[in-house]
Amino acid sequence: MKNSIYVYILLMAVTVFIIRVLPLTLIRKPIQNLFIRSFLYYVPYVTLSVMTFPAIVRATASPISGIVALILGMIGAYKELGLFKVTLICCISVLLLEMFI
Amino acid sequence: MKGFKEGFKTGIPIGLGYFAVAFSLGIAAAKAGLSPFQGFLTSFLVNASAGENAAFIAIRESVPYIQMILITVVSNIRYVLMSFALSQKIDPKAGMLHRLLLGFYLTDEYFALAISQDGYCDPFYSYGAISFAAPCWALGTAFGILMGQTLPFKLVSALSVALYGMFLAIIIPPAKKQKTIAVLIVISFLSSYLLSQFTPLSESTVTIILTIVISSLGAVLWPVKGEIHEE
Repeated sequence: MKNSIYVYILLMAVTVFIIRVLPLTLIRKPIQNLFIRSFLYYVPYVTLSVMTFPAIVRATASPISGIVALILGMIGAYKELGLFKVTLICCISVLLLEMFI
Repeated sequence: MKGFKEGFKTGIPIGLGYFAVAFSLGIAAAKAGLSPFQGFLTSFLVNASAGENAAFIAIRESVPYIQMILITVVSNIRYVLMSFALSQKIDPKAGMLHRLLLGFYLTDEYFALAISQDGYCDPFYSYGAISFAAPCWALGTAFGILMGQTLPFKLVSALSVALYGMFLAIIIPPAKKQKTIAVLIVISFLSSYLLSQFTPLSESTVTIILTIVISSLGAVLWPVKGEIHEE
């Protein structure tokens, strides 16, 4: 039996919505527990780091350009150039490098 | 409205990155038999790269509906953590509509934007970014299905690092001021590499496990005192 694509989409949309919205709507007060507060404080940095490396190296056609984009991006971010410029640095370095590799 | 305009500007690089990622996602969606409209609808409603990719594979394999729900839960579970974290960045006085909207559009990037602000986040800053980036995401998927592999591969390759550039711009500056964050970033990079290289775990599973383990480690070793939303 062929399942309906629209039912799949609906199931996915509802499930994701519940996952994203429940904690946000149920918790209105600052959490007092020191461990939970600290844990939640570190979550974004850890999640974004885990997703950045090694994924950035694998996202590009050649791993070398991915590594260069990572290093240049980190330098740009360290100099606090802002989201837009850091992003541009990464993209352009990959584009230029892959013209020659 | 100043927040909205600022947010819109920040949304431009996010949108460009989204378009590239969504485009390649569209290629996966086409293989699952989705029409451009169905791809557009999925991305409009779901806004999750890893989650949608897993779902398109599931659709291609015609899995039972219950399995679709399971796959969706597993591949998006990190948003539970992010939603918890974001709940601490939203003004307790903010209304339900703001919470529903920020929850609906809780992606890694919008989350990062909200977290990068001082004090409570400004919902309109997020809406500004979303108003540019969300259409890019939905349209990118539709174009990916429509145009398949006609976009030059090198352009896709270059565009695909946009998201990571953004992640770096968010995690590195606070690491300068706070050594504990820098240490956690290094631990995260290394363990993420090791798990992805030497275990069969999926990217999404690695993200879940490491987020819980490393954030707990940080919380035990270096508890954060004072008001979190003022960091």
